[in-house]
Amino acid sequence: MSVKVMIPTPLRVYAGKRASAEFSAATVGEALSGLTSQFAELRKHLYTEDGKLRAFVNVYLNDEDIRYLSQEGTPTKDGDTISIIPSIAGGVCENAV
Amino acid sequence: MSEVLEVGISAELAAKIREHGIETYPYECCGALLGKELGTTDGAESEAIGAGSSREIRSLHPLVNRRDDSPRNRFSVTAEDVREAEKAARAQGLEVIGWYHSHPDHPARPSDYDRDHAWPWYSYIIVSVHTGVPQDMTSWRLKDDRTGFLEEKILPMKVSVAR
Repeated sequence: MSVKVMIPTPLRVYAGKRASAEFSAATVGEALSGLTSQFAELRKHLYTEDGKLRAFVNVYLNDEDIRYLSQEGTPTKDGDTISIIPSIAGGVCENAV
Repeated sequence: MSEVLEVGISAELAAKIREHGIETYPYECCGALLGKELGTTDGAESEAIGAGSSREIRSLHPLVNRRDDSPRNRFSVTAEDVREAEKAARAQGLEVIGWYHSHPDHPARPSDYDRDHAWPWYSYIIVSVHTGVPQDMTSWRLKDDRTGFLEEKILPMKVSVAR
């Protein structure tokens, strides 16, 4: 089964400047694993050190947020498209960097 | 990432960011920076003063701060807002090249929280608003290894190309 993963513009530099990549995957997690295996530099911008998707990183299967499906275990079918969209957040903290 | 970290913005658009920070004070304002990536050109395509500007902001897309629990020191925009900003950019032949937000009563320097919620490549403009009066405006890009930000130079542009 071929699933297309759309690579957001800020992360294309870590993926050979590609806008998308296709992976054989049965779940969203497998597709993302394929992406971060092929383009290892992408991983830290999508996942925390303990392997969880960063809170501000949203993953959509076609137009559905996977949080409302079965998260990374959401099954995929041939021709599906996965999109990665950030929520933008920030703000004042006591410790500037 | 290009080694040239510069972003061009007109005085008019920079003033709009400051005005947005005044409007929302003491809460944080936020919005998208719509523009063009110019790479490391010689500046021929650029309206910026001086050559080598790697990107230019041509338009702004103000957003609503979705944080109603702590809007004084946090801002948040949803993935849907991001999609909407990307759509607005495409409609103008531009792309979302970064984001701006204000730091009410705090310096225009990125926080740890900013770093934890950032991606490289984007330009993050921060305007400090002290007791309702805008102060410094700075721009930053996240380092590839996520350990901190690099400050990028804000180049004043002569004219705003698109509104």
